[in-house]
Amino acid sequence: MNPANLGLALDFGLSTLALGIAIYAIAVRTTYAAVVSFVAYGLLLALVWIRLAAPDVALTEAAIGGGLTGVLLLGAAARLRVTEAGVEKERPGRVLRALAALLAAAVTAALIAALLALPTPAPTLAYEAAAGAPATGVGNAVTATLMAFRATDTFLEKVVLLLALLGVWSLARDDRWGGRPGLRHQADPKGVLVFLARLLPPIGIVFGVYLLWVGADEPGGAFAGGTVIAAMWLLAIMAKLADTPPIAHRGVRLLLVAGPAVFLLVGLGGLAFGAAFLSYPESIAKPLIIGIEIAMTITIAVTLGLLVSGAPERVDR
Amino acid sequence: MNATLLGCAAAALVGIGLYGLIVHPHPLRKILAFNILGNGVFLLMGVVARRGAAAGFGGDPVPQALVITGIVVAFSATALAVALLLRLAEVSGRASLTPDAADPSIPAAPGRGDA
Repeated sequence: MNPANLGLALDFGLSTLALGIAIYAIAVRTTYAAVVSFVAYGLLLALVWIRLAAPDVALTEAAIGGGLTGVLLLGAAARLRVTEAGVEKERPGRVLRALAALLAAAVTAALIAALLALPTPAPTLAYEAAAGAPATGVGNAVTATLMAFRATDTFLEKVVLLLALLGVWSLARDDRWGGRPGLRHQADPKGVLVFLARLLPPIGIVFGVYLLWVGADEPGGAFAGGTVIAAMWLLAIMAKLADTPPIAHRGVRLLLVAGPAVFLLVGLGGLAFGAAFLSYPESIAKPLIIGIEIAMTITIAVTLGLLVSGAPERVDR
Repeated sequence: MNATLLGCAAAALVGIGLYGLIVHPHPLRKILAFNILGNGVFLLMGVVARRGAAAGFGGDPVPQALVITGIVVAFSATALAVALLLRLAEVSGRASLTPDAADPSIPAAPGRGDA
């Protein structure tokens, strides 16, 4: 079999498997089974991203799409199990389901038609990215795009993360404001979970820092690195080796704003001494970018961990 | 071409997610379906990026960077939605989005249905 056919067969197999699991995640009765299959599906999607020559996206999808979203939904499914039966009778009738299927099929068909109508040769910004990358000192074009060419997007995205966390916190009951997020986890001190929670974090933290550092020139970056570190923290929390911090804690607040604050300072520096907001002087572009990324990785890790933990529910007495 | 095959799969994911979003009564299943829908949209952007492969890159890095930002924003929206849902279940004891579902403990809002 020649390599082109092999690639096609691989793509076909991957998409069939991902679609099959996605359909199962929608069709299966119990929410728990749906969430577990969603995690498997997220990891398959990461492989699809590799096939689309986007390893940076694949890392982010595997870490955030499959991993963290999975943990978030699993926790919610466990707490909402009692509500499942009550909602079941609201399931729409056969006619409405048929109409929904028709609408979904029409949307899919329209998207495929649009895809086939895309112009050839495809418009691309790859040349501009390649031409601009040397000025940033960053070898990975995706990192250069995130941190330099479209740095405003990335900055605002940090703000969105913070706003989402504020939204989650604001759902706390008044008397629990300032307390620790989430319920206290229970774990068998001799169980596998506790064993892994002691074994994995040292490796995971080093790997997270490695992803951050190598992201300048190879696939990786602040998002993937921060997510891996957040996952290690959540693992320790679930194994009851650590606890979520009270959200009123000043240190936690400082860590949460560190990333956007450094980003904003560098941006304003560009406005004061350079050409525009977030313009980096070419001679120190790379140190500035790495500096922002280090601060961002810490903030991303803390923010993601707290987003998964949810609203404050326990006040220390 | 391989990217077109994956693009068709992405379009199918959008359809599957949309169907689940409409049909499932449980909000957590709606959130999950919405994530599948979003994955399809991101993958379509990935296919567009793959088509723009040039200058030695396997894909156009600009849409790829946008997708990374999108995945993080989608996650924060999911976390907020889950927190809202947990709070709803805590306050009402149910996880239903139907305001008219017969629940004797919640009095009907005055004035609703007038004019």
